[in-house]
Amino acid sequence: MSEITAEQVAHLAHLARIELSPEEIESLTKELGSIVDNVAKVTEVATPNVPATSHPIPLVNIFRPDVVGETLTQEQALRGAPEHAEGRFKVSAILGEEQ
Amino acid sequence: MTTANDLIHISAADLAERLSSGEVSSVEATRAHLDRIEAVDGDVHAYLHVAADAALERAAEVDRLRAEGDAGLGPLAGVPVAIKDVLCTIDMPSTAGSRILEGWVPPYDATVVRKLREAHLIPLGKTNMDEFAMGSSTEHSAYGPTRNPWDLDRIPGGSGGGSAAAVAAFEAPFALGSDTGGSIRQPAAVTASVGVKPTYGGVSRYGAIALASSLDQVGPVSRTVLDSALLHDVIGGHDPRDSTSIPDTWPSMAAAARAGRREGAMKGMRVGVVKQLNGEGFQAGVTQRFTEALALLEEAGAEIVEIDAPHFEYAIAAYYLILPAEASSNLAKFDSVRFGLRVNPPGGGTVEQVMSATREAGFGPEVKRRIILGTYALSAGYYDAYYGSAQKVRTLIQRDFDAAFGRVDVLVTPSAPTTAFRLGEKLDDPLAMYLNDLTTIPANLAGVPGIGLPIGLAPEDGLPVGIQFMAPARADARLYTVGAALEQILEDRWGGPLLSQAPELAVATAGGTN
Amino acid sequence: MAKPDLMDFDRALELYEPVLGFEVHVELNTATKMFSDAPNYFGGEPNTNITPVDLGLPGSLPVVNEQAIRYSISLGLALGCSIAESSRFARKNYFYPDLAKNYQISQYDEPIAYRGSVDVELEDGRSFTIPIERAHMEEDAGKLTHVGGSTGRIQGAEYSLVDYNRAGVPLVEIVTDIIYGADRDAPELAKAYVSTIRDIVVALGISDARMERGNLRCDANISLSPRGSGILGTRTETKNVNSLRSVERAIRYEIQRQAAILSAGGTITQETRHWHEDTGRTSAGRPKSDADDYRYFPEPDLLPVQPSTELIEELRAALPEAPALRRRRLKAEWGFTDLEFRDVVNSGLLNELAETVAAGASPQAARKWWTGEIARLANAAGVDSSSLVTAQQVAELIELVEAGTLTDRLARQVLEGVIAGEGSPAQVVDTRGLAVVSDDTALLAAIDEALAAQPDVLAKIRDGKVQAAGAVIGAVMKAMRGQADAARVRELVLERAK
Repeated sequence: MSEITAEQVAHLAHLARIELSPEEIESLTKELGSIVDNVAKVTEVATPNVPATSHPIPLVNIFRPDVVGETLTQEQALRGAPEHAEGRFKVSAILGEEQ
Repeated sequence: MTTANDLIHISAADLAERLSSGEVSSVEATRAHLDRIEAVDGDVHAYLHVAADAALERAAEVDRLRAEGDAGLGPLAGVPVAIKDVLCTIDMPSTAGSRILEGWVPPYDATVVRKLREAHLIPLGKTNMDEFAMGSSTEHSAYGPTRNPWDLDRIPGGSGGGSAAAVAAFEAPFALGSDTGGSIRQPAAVTASVGVKPTYGGVSRYGAIALASSLDQVGPVSRTVLDSALLHDVIGGHDPRDSTSIPDTWPSMAAAARAGRREGAMKGMRVGVVKQLNGEGFQAGVTQRFTEALALLEEAGAEIVEIDAPHFEYAIAAYYLILPAEASSNLAKFDSVRFGLRVNPPGGGTVEQVMSATREAGFGPEVKRRIILGTYALSAGYYDAYYGSAQKVRTLIQRDFDAAFGRVDVLVTPSAPTTAFRLGEKLDDPLAMYLNDLTTIPANLAGVPGIGLPIGLAPEDGLPVGIQFMAPARADARLYTVGAALEQILEDRWGGPLLSQAPELAVATAGGTN
Repeated sequence: MAKPDLMDFDRALELYEPVLGFEVHVELNTATKMFSDAPNYFGGEPNTNITPVDLGLPGSLPVVNEQAIRYSISLGLALGCSIAESSRFARKNYFYPDLAKNYQISQYDEPIAYRGSVDVELEDGRSFTIPIERAHMEEDAGKLTHVGGSTGRIQGAEYSLVDYNRAGVPLVEIVTDIIYGADRDAPELAKAYVSTIRDIVVALGISDARMERGNLRCDANISLSPRGSGILGTRTETKNVNSLRSVERAIRYEIQRQAAILSAGGTITQETRHWHEDTGRTSAGRPKSDADDYRYFPEPDLLPVQPSTELIEELRAALPEAPALRRRRLKAEWGFTDLEFRDVVNSGLLNELAETVAAGASPQAARKWWTGEIARLANAAGVDSSSLVTAQQVAELIELVEAGTLTDRLARQVLEGVIAGEGSPAQVVDTRGLAVVSDDTALLAAIDEALAAQPDVLAKIRDGKVQAAGAVIGAVMKAMRGQADAARVRELVLERAK
């Protein structure tokens, strides 16, 4: 049995930036618990000597020549934005530190 | 003389011939499909957006080029096509079935869309889908479900229910879909249409709004195997904008499909039946039609072999870890800054609060469920047990495929465990919904190609049943040969396509619904 | 604050041993970005040097820049690192408005280069080996502008604006191992290390390496260990250190700050701190915590990088000489004394000097200008010398002096004009009208006027009291507002006395 708690779901929702309602947290806690119980069976066969596969078709060294191509215009870039000003995307205040 | 009714019922290949001979114009063909959409889509709801004016303009342009004797027109020039809303189109909204992208018109075309335009096909519009391709019923679309043309109370499959229903309801000759775990093949099964998930990397993903990057693949949806092959030939091939695109050159899929229609195409073909994907958990009528199809293949000279793929039973578990993990990251970009919805919390808020409120309002329950699950699978302390283990299962499933393809040319399974279920039937049970992709998921995990096509109606409910063939990576052409061969055998027995047995849809009169 | 928040540096070193670590980000000067074919340029009109990839538009996909791979391998080799047989990209997931996809493509568990070392020289000539843990590739983020509030800073801002021109600019992050034993040399060592990295990337030609423009950024980790205890202290990570000078100052400040807290029985918070050039202090940023769960996983849109042995050997063969060897060579070529050369190196001006000499100036003249007037002006402005003028401009200035067009005095004025952005030295000479008056007629007119005012001077000269000419020369120079060559004036005065 997995031990997914409501606190855990709330933490995950914060990491994923979704403002879940208390009802959603409650139902997701249950659903997630049963889903995790089901998918946890992967650990039965995932022994240490099995390598992981991240790409279905193995390719390596796929590069692009360092040549400038076409860019978006500022108008194209901003056209889909909810809000913009002075040629830039506008967002409300950021609390915290400069990165 | 070709009537408007003929124009919507004939295959894309036939239509292309009649366009090429000048028997019909692209404007007539396009108009016929737009009229059909007008007449039936109020009930079916296959389309989220119909670009009638642009389609007619482009059709007229193709007719003009043809009249001028333009030698550069491709074999499908002037044939209408529907496009799944997961693909970016510079002239139509591209929402991926989500509220968070409502009305968003991208500043660029997906590579496959660009290729359609370059081949002078006529985009009719964008088709409905489960939000961000998460679902097997199209009920998770933010814009309402699509209905199955065989029974409007039933689901058309998902996520690409819109493309499958559009094709099955004669609202387009063929369409583009995308397949992450069965989103092309499972809708094909429940609507009696044909759909192909190409080899991973065979078709560009550039401009396909990503669900799970290592599983997603764009492919064709149609009513005949040859039509899928023709469309595959247009959209396939290397794209330098997609790093995972295979740089090989590909044989003609259309030629492979035509080869399947020749006498003796199945002779000596070794067909492997996956033990783990047969029998238990499958609807009786599905198993019955599947068994009959195997007998027909054997009759046609194929050798049927039972194949053990011991790790396939772990496929769904691995898939529901890998997919949500990648999706949780891919969907992080929907944050209200550069595009899409923005929801300000009451009284304003910090950018973090605006992002969280937007994602709460803009994503549907299935998307939230999978984002939270994926966030969990990747988070510190759980990564190795979940995501890491799932990636290992992927290796084991690939090994099962390798071993199988050492013994047989193609693998075969039913495309879906059941026929179309009723709308709402599985909506509250995510785990039951996830089982719909039982047979289609292994191909996505291993990157191998798969084709789905109809093999009859289940006796108990009279609804379509589909079969799936899988081939080794890069051997997509083989699937078209096998698919076309079986299609020929079945249509000879049925006396025509299965879809001609579908009930007539009520036709809305002018000014009717929609 | 009532209690003294800094401990005397010497006292701090008596009580504690500083333990260091650096993360230096180098912006590569490729033509295009790390994962898109947008120009690698982020000045200019906001949101114009971008493609759907840089904006993280739905459906867009990254493709790795081959040149960035070559540059990263070269840098790894120059740092004495091993180049990984197979390395890969990962996604670092966190939400921030300057991060277009809300994940950064970086390298995590499989960096392109690992385990190397760099030899660093201190001012007194002692050498110190800095262990390198890894060098990995990643993409830069966009740029935020905070609007409203009093300071243009993030705190108190009403809203922020995002420009993604910098998003996707290729970066290599060089991470050191933990550095022990720096002791009281810690601040100087930090500066020397960053300066050496700068020399290396400039020699490789892979970055413009201008710290004031953010081409080269240093995050300095520092902790204090009570002397003899063998116990590692809690570390802070100081960001926003934008010049060699501030690297040194920031380390010094953190040692003094942490020592004051520890000796008063306090504890150090593990956190990011921001260096403020104006106040010479660091301020607390976000605390590091378990909440920093970046959910790294292999980037599914990109494939492993497996450079061939041939490529690695080709790049190894093309490496420029190591900085220490180069210094030895240049000292000999320029004929500098130990003192002269150390003066140049310690001012961090070796590259500027080398470029100026390469542009045609004599080594001594180049040294004189860079370590003299330019260093003075840079010091006064609190910036690095290299941010004021280019080597090309200095070489041109020296040429004008040597051609007699400018006197040293005039040249200093021209230099001010160049720094003020008035153009090249020649242009400043033109627009300010600063050239030496070499027209003898004009000089003779001024000399005759001065001789008329001091009629006894000619007689004195003729009597052999040549030094009497000084008074006339002074008057002429004054009349010509300094724009005359004093030596020529002297010649002309002596001629008049014949």
